[in-house]
Amino acid sequence: MYVAVKGGERAIENAHAWLAEERRGNTDIAELSIAQIREQLSLAVNRVMAEGSLYDPDLAALAIKQARGDLIEAIFLIRAYRTTLPRFGASEPVDTGIMACDRRISATFKDLPGGQVLGPTFDYTHRLLDFKLAADGEVPKAPSRDAETGTVPHVTEFLNREGLIEEAPHDDTPPPDLTREPLEMPADRALRLQALTRADEGFTLGLAYSTQRGYGRNHAFVGELRIGSVPVEMDIPELGFAVEIGEVILTECETVNQFTGSKTKPPQFTRGYGLVFGQTERKAISMALVDRALRWEELGEDNVGAPAQDAEFVLYHADNIQATGFLEHIKLPHYVDFQSELELVRKLRREAGALQVQEAAE
Amino acid sequence: MTEYNFAYLDEQTKRMIRRAILKGLAIPGYQVPFASREMPMPYGWGTGGVQVSAAVLTPKDTFKVIDQGADDTTNAVSIRTFFQRTAGVATTTATSDATVIQTRHRIPEEPLHEGQILVYQVPIPEPLRFLEPRESETRKMHSLEEYGLMHVKLYEDISRHGHIATSYAYPVKVEGRYVMDPSPIPKFDNPKLGDMAAIQLFGAGREQRIYALPPYTQVVSLDFEDHPFEASKADHPCGMCGATDSYLDELIIDDAGGRMFVCSDTDYCEARQATGHKGKDAA
Amino acid sequence: MQANTLSGGFADPATQSAHAFRSVMEAMARPGTIQDIEGAAPPAPLSPAMGAVLLTLCDTETPIYLAGDMDCEAARAWLAFHTGAPFVGPAQCMFAVGKWDALAPLAVYPIGTSEYPDRSATLIVECSELAAGATLTGPGIKDQATLSLPEVEAFQANRTQFPLGLDFIFTCGERLAALPRSTEVSRSSSEAIAQVGAS
Repeated sequence: MYVAVKGGERAIENAHAWLAEERRGNTDIAELSIAQIREQLSLAVNRVMAEGSLYDPDLAALAIKQARGDLIEAIFLIRAYRTTLPRFGASEPVDTGIMACDRRISATFKDLPGGQVLGPTFDYTHRLLDFKLAADGEVPKAPSRDAETGTVPHVTEFLNREGLIEEAPHDDTPPPDLTREPLEMPADRALRLQALTRADEGFTLGLAYSTQRGYGRNHAFVGELRIGSVPVEMDIPELGFAVEIGEVILTECETVNQFTGSKTKPPQFTRGYGLVFGQTERKAISMALVDRALRWEELGEDNVGAPAQDAEFVLYHADNIQATGFLEHIKLPHYVDFQSELELVRKLRREAGALQVQEAAE
Repeated sequence: MTEYNFAYLDEQTKRMIRRAILKGLAIPGYQVPFASREMPMPYGWGTGGVQVSAAVLTPKDTFKVIDQGADDTTNAVSIRTFFQRTAGVATTTATSDATVIQTRHRIPEEPLHEGQILVYQVPIPEPLRFLEPRESETRKMHSLEEYGLMHVKLYEDISRHGHIATSYAYPVKVEGRYVMDPSPIPKFDNPKLGDMAAIQLFGAGREQRIYALPPYTQVVSLDFEDHPFEASKADHPCGMCGATDSYLDELIIDDAGGRMFVCSDTDYCEARQATGHKGKDAA
Repeated sequence: MQANTLSGGFADPATQSAHAFRSVMEAMARPGTIQDIEGAAPPAPLSPAMGAVLLTLCDTETPIYLAGDMDCEAARAWLAFHTGAPFVGPAQCMFAVGKWDALAPLAVYPIGTSEYPDRSATLIVECSELAAGATLTGPGIKDQATLSLPEVEAFQANRTQFPLGLDFIFTCGERLAALPRSTEVSRSSSEAIAQVGAS
């Protein structure tokens, strides 16, 4: 006799309990604290803040803990939480020119005002597993000096003085808000940058890499990459002036790309731009390359059909929360639709079979 | 239940969704863009339906959720629990007692009545999407009422298979104007879309679209004179309740591949069994 | 700021606006039906129904046009406090508020674009009565319905623009009705006879 499967409710509760147990792991091992994750897995925290579009290292660390280290799941937790937060207003645009830089490098000039600052980078480490780290995590104190104060000029400003790079005119138009208005095509650059800054790091990296390998090549040089903290100011209408409400760490990448020009217009380098929460330089560089590839139309270039040139393709598929949800939803039951396909295929097979019999008889 | 607002969403978000619903009702079958929010369940798992339900529910409602026609499938349970927690609404499995029904992939067998609202979860709201992947193009096609591509696709099916090879998410035309995706319901359910007494609302969260069918709206499944639309189902009675008019799931019941057919609408089947109807596989 | 500027909003916004929205939605989904709506106590000349509709649908993202004597200090202050909606002219509005004569001419309101017909204005019309009247057919209506309308021709002309066009909500006291652009409007037989008699 057939008994229908019941008890979805209990199955879900049990699955949740099991998940919580697995999350904790062996209870003989000390539990991770939020502070430990925040301090010692800070690049994971940065990625979750960037793609979660919410700057809060403690919440990001909590999300990573809750998600058992699955960063896309952690980003999802942050996004869902973000939905419930009331919006009090918008900050003034941040000024990366006054960034207190931890890292600041240029690939286009050997030296420049403000200097090259390597900062805490993996770049020149040998990727050898450090077994000492397994035994104990004590580190000698790094040498330090007083921080530079004042403005650190952007490399592109030097090029600009000679007219060697395209102008990026100042624009005070409030940008559209991707999180409050549905994405609409064609998307202007402000909207594209907004989508890219919270786009999946892997997807953005793959697209950027594809432009380097010839799918919409745009010859990018890292004009400048800087990482550091900038103050965030907000206009308080009741006060009549802006006050500093905190600071955020940002990674900014400006690329200097292949030049355009014609007989009448002298050649000029072009720009790509990346700006991402936290220390996230792989993402920021990728973003700058993809931004540049998407600008083919305004720069009068050919659309060679490369994926990174296709704004609809890039913007509709770059969000890992949309992507992972839809991908994983095929785990949900689809037996009603499958049943209707079964019926159809059986019917078509019956008819095709009957036709063969008939043809054989003739 | 003080941490979250009634029905989870903040009031400003609900107003935005409510405005989109009203425009959807005013332009039946047209997909209204809306700024879908991240919900605490994944995109593709009913976030559009959940946002629409959150925008229409009142504390006085009685809420029912079905997935594949069943109240007890895991995702239906999960969504029902979500609204029990965040909106404190009463829930039911009885179709006729519900005032708001959220569904994935089915329309209940029992005809709905005035005062009810059926909320569909929609994965891909654009009926032309698999013929033309670009939103900028499909939007133009709707604006120009240019649906030739869809008819060509359906006709190619006929020339290849002898039939239209679409068995679910079968496209419909609404009030002679917009071609609409009815969500992945089996085409067996298509005839219920038109002339329905209840309000039908469709929510696609990831794709950021809401659309609607007011009650008693004319909805026609696309077809050809020589190949008229046909609502089909497995040609069996339900093994449990003996119904011959309901959509059936096929179950494999033993290692030898033995099969039985049971109503996909669990409430319909149980109600029939409770009134003494018995199928051949019933105990 | 006057006392009645601060009062008269929803005491419990989440549930009161949920109920109010259901009334508006039922009205828009079933043209010709008359729905009760409550919870708001705005200053005159806004009716309670008008106030509830505006509280339910409007905020800082929805420009409002106040027509005729609705454009007064009391209404502006109340709406500014409770919704934060910006006030604009008829060509930029998402919602227009007024008595029928003050709202004319209809040609100035946005009717949407062929790609985005939803980007059109909704006119909320304060009426002296809501009753039977013109004959309505179309989506949302089984066979036919009836509703008192300020005139017939304007709604017929609006229907010819479908899927573009304006949508209407009629408010009166604590009741409302609605007429989406999809509704076909004709004179009821009694009205038609009256007109023939008058000519």
